[in-house]
Amino acid sequence: MDIGGINPAILIASLMVASVPIMLAAIGELVVEKAGVLNLGVEGMMIIGAICGFVVAVHSGSAVLGFVGGALGGAVLSLVFGLLTQFMLTNQVATGLALTLFGQGLSSMIGQGYNGIKPPATEPLNLGPLADIPVIGTILFRHDWMVYGSILIIAAVWVVLKYTRTGLILRAVGESHDAAHALGYKVVRIRLLAIMFGGAMAGLGGAYVSLVRVPQWTDGITAGAGWIALAIVVFASWRPWRVLIGAYLFGGITVLQLNLQAAGAAIPVEYLSMSPYLITILVLVIMSSGRGKAALNAPAALGQNFHASR
Amino acid sequence: MTGNELLAVAGVTKAYPGVVANSDVSFQIAEGEIHALLGENGAGKSTLVKMIYGLVKPDAGTMRFRGQAYAPTEPRQARATGVAMVFQHFSLFEALNVAENVALGMENPPPMRELSSRIKAVSQEYGLPLDPGRMVGDLSAGERQRVEIIRCLLQDPKLLIMDEPTSVLTPQEVEILFKTLRKLASEGTAILYISHKLEEIRTLCDEATILRRGKVVATCTPRDRTAREMAELMVGATLTPPARNTKAKGAVALQVAELSVASPIPFGTSLKRVSFSVARGEVLGIAGVAGNGQDELLLALSGEVRTARDTVKIDGAGMGDKGPNDRRAAGLVSAPEERLGHAAAPDMSLVENALLSGAVRQGLIRNGFIDWAKTAAFAAGIVKDFDVRTPGTHVAARALSGGNLQKFVVGRELSQAPTVIVVNQPTWGVDAAAAAAIRQAILDRAADGAAVVVISQDLDELLEIADNFAALNEGRLTIPRPVQGLTIDEIGLMMGGAHGIEVAHHEA
Repeated sequence: MDIGGINPAILIASLMVASVPIMLAAIGELVVEKAGVLNLGVEGMMIIGAICGFVVAVHSGSAVLGFVGGALGGAVLSLVFGLLTQFMLTNQVATGLALTLFGQGLSSMIGQGYNGIKPPATEPLNLGPLADIPVIGTILFRHDWMVYGSILIIAAVWVVLKYTRTGLILRAVGESHDAAHALGYKVVRIRLLAIMFGGAMAGLGGAYVSLVRVPQWTDGITAGAGWIALAIVVFASWRPWRVLIGAYLFGGITVLQLNLQAAGAAIPVEYLSMSPYLITILVLVIMSSGRGKAALNAPAALGQNFHASR
Repeated sequence: MTGNELLAVAGVTKAYPGVVANSDVSFQIAEGEIHALLGENGAGKSTLVKMIYGLVKPDAGTMRFRGQAYAPTEPRQARATGVAMVFQHFSLFEALNVAENVALGMENPPPMRELSSRIKAVSQEYGLPLDPGRMVGDLSAGERQRVEIIRCLLQDPKLLIMDEPTSVLTPQEVEILFKTLRKLASEGTAILYISHKLEEIRTLCDEATILRRGKVVATCTPRDRTAREMAELMVGATLTPPARNTKAKGAVALQVAELSVASPIPFGTSLKRVSFSVARGEVLGIAGVAGNGQDELLLALSGEVRTARDTVKIDGAGMGDKGPNDRRAAGLVSAPEERLGHAAAPDMSLVENALLSGAVRQGLIRNGFIDWAKTAAFAAGIVKDFDVRTPGTHVAARALSGGNLQKFVVGRELSQAPTVIVVNQPTWGVDAAAAAAIRQAILDRAADGAAVVVISQDLDELLEIADNFAALNEGRLTIPRPVQGLTIDEIGLMMGGAHGIEVAHHEA
């Protein structure tokens, strides 16, 4: 049941894998933006996560430790952003862009000597008979643990934001830091924690690229995934489950493009390669131009620095 | 009515770099007492209550709450002790619903469903109906204040601090608020009430502490004093009320007929068939709670929003389709409410700002080139005539304090020998002495033969300077009536009265 040389079940299965990095990075950025901080350094944090995860995994021989290392690397880099924007009140947009450039340079430096090495493998979970179900088994039950983990993280973020006091306080800080401060909430501390969570998620996503998706180290390995993650947050209008949909949509385009190339479709490769980015731009334009509901759902204090005057 | 000592503040001092906000401040509040804290802008009222609420730490001095040492390091601690605060601004989240807003202000909020039913119960009990599920962004100013009050009441406070609670309410809403506060006081809750509306304080408060430049200058029983006496204690000088223009009115200078404008402001109020006329020498006061079309009216009169030609006539000539510069040339000047960003460009100097609105009438531009010498002289004249306190005319508008910048932007318009003046909130956020100066300047221009429209939310101000009074309510303007003989009740009805409020009907 192939269509144009492409098996739909395998296509869906592989888009689930392909969307893990952008999904993780996007859900992290969603939390950061819900707290009112715009961190455009997702790409930089992802690639630092990719190299940190790769190095730790290679030296420890454990892919799991590699993911932990990737998350830590992303969190530490995000802390640089956090200190600059929350304490020294630097411009968030400029600092975020600088963070990406810094991350790309630093990862390239750390990565010297790691080219051509294979990291320890991350095997699919053995789900026994489930994996043997036709079609559904192929789509759903032959993945590694990170695929399921990333969906669990989305669910957890949704529950926390919607049903817990922690989530309420986080949203309040992102809506009006002055009001939150007046009520006695520690705006800077809450934002720093959110920034670090965002960094850890981006790092985890980056590590998934270098340990599972590719899996090896080359410079610039994340190849713009961080920017797509940023677009997904806006596309999802700051709602966790829509991040999942957005990630599958964008991940799906990437996979489809590779598959069409392999199947020898008559479309030039360049158009397919640029399509995710074109759609990213389109989504951003549509979302930001309309005074629709999506635009209204943006956290009111997004991108504004907070300073407790008086 | 009042009982044992609840809170005692002794010798509290707080200094910021360059300014002492509070210096050796002492006062006491008894249980069930309504205590007023009076003072001009910058007298240190806000800093003082922030220390009581734990937002700011005093440099020196002590506080006692129910006989125990009290030194809150954060609002959480203050709330746990029994101190609650209703803020003037900055404490509601528009994108969250009422229940979530209330929960954020509580220490240990119950689960949402239970909280919602408690909000309903308390709001019924105190005659302040509220739907817990509504978004705060959709509520009116009065309803938002109910959210804040109910948030406090749910915590069963011993001391309730209220920072300028009536500035956004209609007279009827104020009356209901006062009933609620008196009821709370009779149940033993002490209330610390900050306001600069002296008549309100005279009707509501048992005791008053008056601050000037961070020091306690007097304590008094408001009922036994006149508003004038208290104002003079606040300012530390004798105030002369503006001298009214008694000359006969001249010909009609501004005529507005059937003016309907869709609001260019998101969530703004459209004007609906607004008609009025103002004669030379007349001051028309337009009241209304914020957001009822005031901004739109100013835009339509200044020319920033254009309409059909004959809806706005200046000296008989239709100007509705002309822009601001044509209207300035015809003699109409305007000063909008928002000082920074609308009336003045924040990062430009006072000279440059003087040029921006004075170019047409003062002839500051010749053959496309700016006459800087003349412009600088114009700016220096405004600074001198209106007592603008600034190091010089070269400083950026942003660097001036609110009151001084207000004097500058109002002075800039009044200095252009206008025939029609339109001002929105001329003394908003300005201290009493500066406000009196601005009002006097407006009256002087009217005496010189200008037609003046003053849009303001400060009823006392309008009653002081206006000849005729009208109110904006949801974009509609009432028929102007002479101020002489108008009662507060009639004014309240003109402003639209109290929407959906009932008087407290709970028996303690």
